[in-house]
Amino acid sequence: MREIVVISGKGGAGKTSISASFAYLSPPETVIADCDVDAADMHLLMKPRIVQQEDFYSSQEAVINPDLCTGCDLCYQVCRFDAISREDGIYSVIPLNCEGCAYCEKVCPVQAITMKARLDGQWFISETRLDKPMVHARLGIGTENSGKLVTLVKNVARKIAEKYNKDFIIVDGAPGVGCPVIASISGASFVVLVSEPTVSGIHDLKRVYDLVRRFGIPAGLIINKYDINPEKTQEIISFAQQNAIFLISQIPYDESFVQAQIRGLTMAEYGSRQIKKLLRQSWETVMELSE
Amino acid sequence: MTIAIASGKGGTGKTTLSVNLALYLAQKQPVILADLDVEEPNSGLFLTADLKEDLIRYNMVPRWSGQCSLCRECQANCVWNAVIVLRDRVMVYPQLCHSCYACSELCPEKALPMVPYRMGVVRHFVSDNLNFVEGRLDIGQELAVPLIAQTIKYINEKFDKKIVRIFDSPPGTSCPVIEVMKNADFVILITEPTPFGLNDLQLAVETVRQLNKPFAVVINRYGIGDNQVENYCQTQGIDIIARIPNDKAIARLYSQGKTLFDNVPSVAHELQRIEQYLFSKAGKA
Repeated sequence: MREIVVISGKGGAGKTSISASFAYLSPPETVIADCDVDAADMHLLMKPRIVQQEDFYSSQEAVINPDLCTGCDLCYQVCRFDAISREDGIYSVIPLNCEGCAYCEKVCPVQAITMKARLDGQWFISETRLDKPMVHARLGIGTENSGKLVTLVKNVARKIAEKYNKDFIIVDGAPGVGCPVIASISGASFVVLVSEPTVSGIHDLKRVYDLVRRFGIPAGLIINKYDINPEKTQEIISFAQQNAIFLISQIPYDESFVQAQIRGLTMAEYGSRQIKKLLRQSWETVMELSE
Repeated sequence: MTIAIASGKGGTGKTTLSVNLALYLAQKQPVILADLDVEEPNSGLFLTADLKEDLIRYNMVPRWSGQCSLCRECQANCVWNAVIVLRDRVMVYPQLCHSCYACSELCPEKALPMVPYRMGVVRHFVSDNLNFVEGRLDIGQELAVPLIAQTIKYINEKFDKKIVRIFDSPPGTSCPVIEVMKNADFVILITEPTPFGLNDLQLAVETVRQLNKPFAVVINRYGIGDNQVENYCQTQGIDIIARIPNDKAIARLYSQGKTLFDNVPSVAHELQRIEQYLFSKAGKA
């Protein structure tokens, strides 16, 4: 089983459009996983029919029972997150600030504080219009455990792949270089880096590749919108050569990326003949490289 | 006044708008621009400014003193599994630590003193009217929020509250962006007129509403997609305060790291509209 993760560091480089195209081009024995749980978009192209939906409880928050609280102030003194309010002498928790560390619960001398589970999101297993199952999720607003939810989505996708003998998992990864993207790439067989020839694109590519290299995962590169700045494209190619990153393909700037979205289709279905061909070749290259 | 520029989706123009709005406003008044997308800080790429301060930022994490009875109290007190007690020692995983101090202060033997642990840097640059401050997370660090908080703290300590502040936010709807929006008086959500843009805008709107912050929308690459974003804003009663056109010339300037406010008249015009909107709002409040 091969797990192929598409990431970009920077948003808007074409990560979802390309992973969705791979999902379309891949053999029937594929599971799709949308790990961009913070701003998931894959479902807009896959028309999922949800077959299983689960709540994701991960973090906790403190709750103060005002009937038991004696106002001793200990919770206020130990909280490092400004999460205890003591307005008018009444102690309460500011949920948005509470990290769920439970320090206050432990020091409360009268057991007035309890920790309650926080609903941090939902995750789904769906059937898609491509007849390939998809695991996706929706992180609750303002929650913190997106890395954990990413790991959960990946683990569910792996279980489905094992159970039904699937050969591929295609993962739309999270942006950035922090916890969610670390969770996205850990355990991957191959990483596809999507970059664009802009100063930001190059900057973010270098940072995210630094991370990929630490994990020792083989990586290939797709330069999207390569023709908006030939010099920067050359700079990206040089960076790839210096770092032994395989250059998978260069895709031209094409506004039909947006038209495809509007129609709920992948670029592998809707793109021009040239783009379709480039995407097909890209997928074939990824299959070879990830073997 | 602190204005946070945010979006659910990445790549919609947060940095472009932050940098150009800051430079546009700085033509007439002092402005502070902060890049709080500490995982991928990009604003600095579009600026020429002199480095004034470069500070390593630390988180406080526990370090085992090397001697204790291994009572396991610390492990029981850590909800993030950042402290693990083995047969002969205590292991600390600083990257998982949220600096709550529980393990350290509740240790009966005081065997886990808190020590500084490097998470990234805060840099301060100056160019005429513009003070630019960025937070930059070290690669391999997992938690963005503590560094965002420290970057904002730096700004609060250095500058007068009255100076206009523009906060370039991280993408998404989770903790990092909340940390930024919490500290803002007004939020500008920037989006693209596309299905992905609309979907992610809706998530961002939910986020700002949960925080009860006043906000408005700017549409970037206006003309590229459909009018679903406009319809949505209209039915929700959300002000669209500017429309930055979809223009290959803009994309090209952006790709070169160049600014738009002084190169593209249509962008300058939209920035002026944002300025008018913001300051009339501030006048009312």
